[in-house]
Amino acid sequence: MALMRTMAALLLLVIAFGAAAGGIELREFDDPVMEKRYHDLTASMRCPLCENQAINDSDAPISADMRERVYQLLQEGQSDIEIINHMVQRFGEYILYNPRLESRTYLLWGLPIALVLLGAMVVVLMIRARRNASAKALSAEERQRIDALTNRKRSS
Amino acid sequence: MLIKLIPEIGHFALIIALLMAAVQAVMPLAGAATRRPLWMAYGQPMAVGQFVFIAIAYACLTASYMLDDFSVANVANNSNSLLPWYYKFSAVWGNHEGSVLLWSFMLAGWGFAASLFTGNLPRDMVARVMGVMGMVCVGFLLFILMTSNPFERLLPGMPQDGADLNPLLQDFGLVVHPPMLYMGYVGFSVVFAFAIAALMGGRLDAAWTRWARPWTNLAWAFLTVGIALGSWWAYYELGWGGWWFWDPVENASLLPWLTGTALVHSLAVTEKRGSFKSWTVLLAISTFSLSLMGTFLVRSGVLTSVHAFANDPARGFFILMLLAITVTLSLLVFALRAPRVSHKVGFNWLSRDALLLVNNIFLVIMTVTVLLGTVYPLILDSLGLGKISVGPPYFNALFVPLTVLMCIFMGLGSVTRWKSMAARDLIRKLWLAGVAALVIGILMPLLYRGEWNLFVSLGIVSALWIVLPMVRDVFDKTRHASSFLAGVRKLSLAYWGMVLGHVGVAVTIVGVTVVSNYNIERNVRMSPGTTVEVAGYQFTMTELTERRGANFLADTSILQVQRGDSGRSFTMRPEKRLYLATGMPMTQVALRPGLFRDLYVAMGENLGDGSWAMRVQYKPFVRWLWLGALLMAFGGVLAVLDKRYRRTAATREAPKVASQGGSTQNSTQNGAREATA
Amino acid sequence: MKRRLLLLLLPVCFLALALFFYQGLSLDPSQRDSALMAREFPTFEASTLRDENRRVDQTLLEGEVTLVNVWGEWCPACKQEMPQLLELADNGIRMVGVNYRDTREKGMQFLSEFGDPFEVNIFDPEGELGFDLGVYGAPETFLVDADGVIRYHHKGYVSPQDVRERILPEVEKWR
Repeated sequence: MALMRTMAALLLLVIAFGAAAGGIELREFDDPVMEKRYHDLTASMRCPLCENQAINDSDAPISADMRERVYQLLQEGQSDIEIINHMVQRFGEYILYNPRLESRTYLLWGLPIALVLLGAMVVVLMIRARRNASAKALSAEERQRIDALTNRKRSS
Repeated sequence: MLIKLIPEIGHFALIIALLMAAVQAVMPLAGAATRRPLWMAYGQPMAVGQFVFIAIAYACLTASYMLDDFSVANVANNSNSLLPWYYKFSAVWGNHEGSVLLWSFMLAGWGFAASLFTGNLPRDMVARVMGVMGMVCVGFLLFILMTSNPFERLLPGMPQDGADLNPLLQDFGLVVHPPMLYMGYVGFSVVFAFAIAALMGGRLDAAWTRWARPWTNLAWAFLTVGIALGSWWAYYELGWGGWWFWDPVENASLLPWLTGTALVHSLAVTEKRGSFKSWTVLLAISTFSLSLMGTFLVRSGVLTSVHAFANDPARGFFILMLLAITVTLSLLVFALRAPRVSHKVGFNWLSRDALLLVNNIFLVIMTVTVLLGTVYPLILDSLGLGKISVGPPYFNALFVPLTVLMCIFMGLGSVTRWKSMAARDLIRKLWLAGVAALVIGILMPLLYRGEWNLFVSLGIVSALWIVLPMVRDVFDKTRHASSFLAGVRKLSLAYWGMVLGHVGVAVTIVGVTVVSNYNIERNVRMSPGTTVEVAGYQFTMTELTERRGANFLADTSILQVQRGDSGRSFTMRPEKRLYLATGMPMTQVALRPGLFRDLYVAMGENLGDGSWAMRVQYKPFVRWLWLGALLMAFGGVLAVLDKRYRRTAATREAPKVASQGGSTQNSTQNGAREATA
Repeated sequence: MKRRLLLLLLPVCFLALALFFYQGLSLDPSQRDSALMAREFPTFEASTLRDENRRVDQTLLEGEVTLVNVWGEWCPACKQEMPQLLELADNGIRMVGVNYRDTREKGMQFLSEFGDPFEVNIFDPEGELGFDLGVYGAPETFLVDADGVIRYHHKGYVSPQDVRERILPEVEKWR
């Protein structure tokens, strides 16, 4: 069992690392926009076989097949969404590095945005509280003196 | 024969170190609780002894590698008699067991350093710091001895030559990247121990922050360099020219860096103004906890990642327990002992305090975002909600706007006064810088490429907005001095550290922006005689040869490269290697580095008719990425050297904390190169 | 007091995360369900391995519960799982092979050497059917019910244990 695991790990290593510098293919594009779309699409799809690589970085045969398919579909004039759907139908949501917004990913996309709002609130509330604290505690004259002292110390 | 017993000596040394760590974990804390000076005094000698014995163990393992002792399983699996000596040396940390040993060695090293420079800290505080460090050490030594013993023998039936070190790890980058990264990870254990000790003793005063700051800066600087080295290594070694993949392993190192950065800033507020105390302590705990979590994520293989390491569930379980106990206990201590808000230190909207608060909030949001993206697939999977991937598009979509927003405040923060500053003073100080940043930033893409690009403009404006106000500030501060140089000298090292750190951020931002938007990549078919032009450079393949290296066979192509018609011409030699011991193919890229552009050539497949598919890339400003990181780290070290830390130490006739501390770290690290990250 | 309670949320949150990590330790990230589960077998048109002139399409899989095994001569695990596949065929299960990214010559040689449990083999030298099936490495095994809908997917090597504990029960379930 342990041996099997080591072997499996080794195989994975070969797959993951042997893949270095994958995907050097000679492709012709009609226009630079399509070339950019090809790059973006292949960079945002995950190789289903490798440990964690985009299909444009990986040497695995399946990645080559997938790149080829992306290229074909682009040539056929399909839109990015259509191409993505085409791939997801076959390989699942797993291959999308940019997970779609759906009920199970609401938290993933929503939390950072919620945090920004929460952070802004915290800043506003804290500064308002602190501002009052300083206003109450010290007279204007004292404040000036302390101001001068702290800032002088800093630049010394 | 003593030489045959080297692994056993190492093993035995580890056991002794564990016992000493156990004493260190128990006695000083018990002593501090019961006020017994004798018990408290156990801490420092135990830290020294533990360091010595782990050093012995580490030396023994290194010796086993150097002597090709393939009866040691670890050596047999990860080294080869054909390996050059320096890779044998670094192969020690090219595997799980060795890297955990190095981790512990560094932990003991930081503990040792901390025990030397205790300066004028109260005795019970020192005792508690030592106790906490001891506990962490106990955890890791137990981990080694119970699940990851590097000294296990393969007897009978030892192999003749050993397997091999993964060819990817046979490289200078991998020799230096993990030790640096680990120095950073582990370095945060010191400030963590300080934080817990302060909570236990109920002593969160200015002396505490003053003590914690240099250690934090130093660990942060190591981590910064470690991350940069990892990125640089991936760039030239993996062969497709990427430098950051948002891979879980990379994210694991970024997380403590982000909270560590927040900690560096919040410590500044706590020291200067006495506010944010609980917050600072929480950050110290979080940073080390995230370092531990990073270790867990990497070592357990719980997340799929391009770095496939040790996937042993028993190890994963052990280190998870270690993580859970450490973090839960420290958060509990925090929850129960965090000081109440006694008095509010006032500050105004426009004040350095407020801006540092904003900085901390941004960094925390970034941390949560990275953490969320990293563990989200795992969480969905354990809830049975299917497997998804979260990768670069997600992180970039959130990180770019967050960084730009943060830069707005960063530009203000470095020149604002503490407590309060009148808006018109600030505007007077900044308007010119603001206008200049906007104008240059917006024009830059037009001048550079003749086409406007929003992202490039955003990046350049952000970078200039960080740098220009500081230039103005330095000018203002030195204006009244007799000469510019005298003025420069009058400013404190801590100030220069801040300036350098921020300039480093700006430089990195420029690098990221330019290389992401103006990278040129062409895949071409080449055979001897072919010439292709990329970004004004002519690449001519003159020869295609085969060669035999120490432990590999290679197809080499030789390219003559010339810029335009007039420029000097130089040679580039990309290779496709086949490593003999493992049969692994590897791409060895040819790089022509430059401050403003890199040329990057990788060989792809043999196309059969004597020609090869090649990838030629022109990468403008890519060096700025790592240059910026180096500047940041240098800034951190400079701040450590500030006079005021030395002054504190000098009062106790202890060696100079800051400067000496720095050199000690360096020498520890020289003796202790480590394992794969 | 309220503040302390609030702070106690921190260790609780962390423990929740640790629980996920704990579960994660026993999850295998490489084990994923096929995206084609509960969907119809993809449409295709191909020749068979033995007979270039015989054309088959997706109707081949209708009418009876069928195990579809994707294999190739170049795949070592395919050789190892052959005894199990032969055993399944002996149990009266209809087996159809997909000869994936292979040549006729090598495919036929493989069958004569390791046995042939398949009623028919779909010849897929370019991997087109394999791509539509979402196959990213052989061997892979699909269970297709009588209506031609994919009901079960096994990625990788089929061990004798897998036959007993997974595949036979699944076949029974969909019969």
